[in-house]
Amino acid sequence: MTTISDTRPSAAVPTVPRPAYKVTHRRVLRSEWAKFWSVRSTWITVALALIALIGFGTIAALRYKSMIGSDRHIDRDFLDATSVSLTQFGVNFGQLALGVLGVLFAAGEYTTGSIRSTLTAVPKRLPVLWSKVAVYGVVAFVIGTVGAFAGFLLTNTIVSGTAAHLSLTDNGVLRSLFGAGLYLGLVGVIAAALGAILRSVAGGISAFIAVIMLIPGLLSLLPTSWQSHVGPYLPSNAGDAIYTLHQQSDLLTPGRGALVLLGWTVLAVAGAAWRLVSRDA
Amino acid sequence: MIEARQLTKRYGEKTAVDGLDFTVRPGAVTGFLGPNGAGKSTTMRMIVGLDAPTSGTVTVGGRRYAEHTSPLQEVGALLEAKSIHPGRTAFDHLMALAYTHGIPKRRVHDVIEQTGLQSVARKRSGAFSLGMGQRLGIAAALLGDPATVMLDEPVNGLDPEGVLWIRNLLTQLAAEGRTVFVSSHLMSEMALVAEHLIIVGRGRLLADTTVETLVRDAGGDTVTVASADSARLRDLLNGPGILITGQPGSEHLSVTGLSGRQIGTVAAEHGIALYELTQHRVSLEEAFMSLTRESVEYHASIQPARSAA
Repeated sequence: MTTISDTRPSAAVPTVPRPAYKVTHRRVLRSEWAKFWSVRSTWITVALALIALIGFGTIAALRYKSMIGSDRHIDRDFLDATSVSLTQFGVNFGQLALGVLGVLFAAGEYTTGSIRSTLTAVPKRLPVLWSKVAVYGVVAFVIGTVGAFAGFLLTNTIVSGTAAHLSLTDNGVLRSLFGAGLYLGLVGVIAAALGAILRSVAGGISAFIAVIMLIPGLLSLLPTSWQSHVGPYLPSNAGDAIYTLHQQSDLLTPGRGALVLLGWTVLAVAGAAWRLVSRDA
Repeated sequence: MIEARQLTKRYGEKTAVDGLDFTVRPGAVTGFLGPNGAGKSTTMRMIVGLDAPTSGTVTVGGRRYAEHTSPLQEVGALLEAKSIHPGRTAFDHLMALAYTHGIPKRRVHDVIEQTGLQSVARKRSGAFSLGMGQRLGIAAALLGDPATVMLDEPVNGLDPEGVLWIRNLLTQLAAEGRTVFVSSHLMSEMALVAEHLIIVGRGRLLADTTVETLVRDAGGDTVTVASADSARLRDLLNGPGILITGQPGSEHLSVTGLSGRQIGTVAAEHGIALYELTQHRVSLEEAFMSLTRESVEYHASIQPARSAA
């Protein structure tokens, strides 16, 4: 006789009443929110983003003020500066910090291996991506907007009494400041999506810099007719259209700029979703 | 309950898991054994849906893992590769998992206590030793109070105390009626906790058996005895279920089915002088090795061919 029957247990499931847990979208969102804020790099990068957004505008404003004060020749950059345009010197640097953070948030899961924990908890996977981009989009938008307003108030104080001074109620000012926040929010989402597509922090940051900074640079090498057709539709230029105070002929209108950037964002997130669902983690 | 049916995973040319069929039942510890690279980790990753099977299916509690509304309550898994962000504290890591299912904070504290992580729960996990990392992984596996606990090489990097702790934990989880599925490449470790064994090699199923059957099929325990009158001793020892072999005229006999102690006693009772009495235990390790060696040629699965009387 084999003794298997002695050792094989009854197929009883635990009889203790077990609590009923359930995964919901809201809970996944809550989890991603908690994950975002529970690593030190988040706090450091957020601080850097705010410093860039507020600090660079302040420096620009101080330089403008000193040039106005003296009789020296005024730099071309400052010729028709406003407190909004001075503030927005920080946007380029702020987007770098927020882009890096977005990549870290998404690709960091893969480089550290925590994606395995995440996806065993949420094996349907897509709710993780939706939550990640929602959390990060909102965070980047809020930081961008807070930075823009704080920078504007500071810059405005510095340049008060000069031609650059503006009031919040002046035409386009609110749109520009919120536009900067919107741009940073969407660009943050694009960065997170790139991180999720490439699953590598280094790769994600490189791709982000390429999209935002290199491609617009490369474009200037193309024939002028191409430039005017393609140029305005690049993510960075579409963004420019959203937050620039005075409309420029080579840019889209703010509304269309926002739509184009939103289109890029949707494209990036769709790519990330496809990659998340179709590939082994 | 884990059920794999013709489960297969190919990476390009390489077949990591090749048509696996097995069932892991609740209430017992089932060891998942195989040499390194046998496809154990890949199989476990497919069970929790991290890897998609190339063909075949694997279900947990009757459904694909991803179809469960409360996955962590269905399977708690410790995977071999690190699954924790080093910058996050143990508590925050567990809490992030708990949030997805609405698991209360109290439960997080419970598993921290159960795994002995109280003193380091607020430290960033990157600073953890291998053993503490394993404990955190196990805490995460237990978090959802799962019906199935699946651990990939859980004793890796643990000190003797930790190994003992794991053994007791596994036994206890099985006693609670849970399905416990534990992989290892160490047969000796498995022999201490597992009742049931699923053995794989090169992605194929080699045996779906029990520890006892495996040992018996590999030859069981034998005793070598050298005596002054081996022919007479042979007659004295003979009985049902006892196998005695030896060259005629040689003073050595090989006995299966009796202990050295029993043989010595019989010899003393009949005044036969013994020159040597050696017990050979067929280690599970040897049984395992011979199995994996054979399998490469035959791809056979062990059936209990004969029954011990």
